[in-house]
Amino acid sequence: MALHHLGDPLELDYVLKEMPGDVERVQAMIAAALQERGYSSDAMFAIRLCLEEALVNAFRHGNQFQAGLTVRLWGTISPNEVRVEVEDQGEGFDPGGVPDPTADENLEIPSGRGIMLMRAYMSEVEYLGPGNHVRMVFRREPK
Amino acid sequence: MTGEQSHIRVQTQLGVSVIGFSESRITDELVIQKIGKELLAVVDAQPLPKVAISFTGVEQLSSAALGVLISVNTRVKTKGGKLCLCDIAKPIFEIFKITKLDRLFLTAESVEKACASLA
Repeated sequence: MALHHLGDPLELDYVLKEMPGDVERVQAMIAAALQERGYSSDAMFAIRLCLEEALVNAFRHGNQFQAGLTVRLWGTISPNEVRVEVEDQGEGFDPGGVPDPTADENLEIPSGRGIMLMRAYMSEVEYLGPGNHVRMVFRREPK
Repeated sequence: MTGEQSHIRVQTQLGVSVIGFSESRITDELVIQKIGKELLAVVDAQPLPKVAISFTGVEQLSSAALGVLISVNTRVKTKGGKLCLCDIAKPIFEIFKITKLDRLFLTAESVEKACASLA
């Protein structure tokens, strides 16, 4: 893992090999950077939650916890915006094929809410390539 | 649950099993799986479970944790019991609202109110 300070915005570039250790370390470094830049506790809560969901999805559904496969996280933290991309080494998926977890018939299904939370808390969420790469943007101004 | 550190605390109030969490961030996959097993063990130990889960001190919750709560709720309902979630901080309750799980779960402001509603 490497953290490159290139002035402001702060550039992020990490290669994560395992959960939960690498995820916790990256979360702690990003939280410290957000705090230094005066992000509110609500914003930090939202960003932490979305990073957790994206990284867990990458390790669990993308790489399927296969040894040797990694997850890359990169992006920038600016005073008014956080841009993060997460890419795994799995085959990807169709995010449009995930059933709506808020539909009455799906409310008691215990999975499938991570992407929905990311879309709710982030200003932008976009899946790229075969679906193994997600780009998220959080803007400090109201959505 | 012997030999391993428990991730929940269980007390009984007014015949209700009141459960609290040892972790402030319920996001680690392995911990969530263990919490799920521990919660189901509490439910399965009662013929007609009355369970209040307190979120006192919980600062972060992942979608995997929501999944565990849904599974526990389903087990409680299958046994004809009742489950109430209580003392949920505003940011955490927002997660329940976004996912519309506030429609699925009975919730209460405090442990006392949860126990009163279940007793």
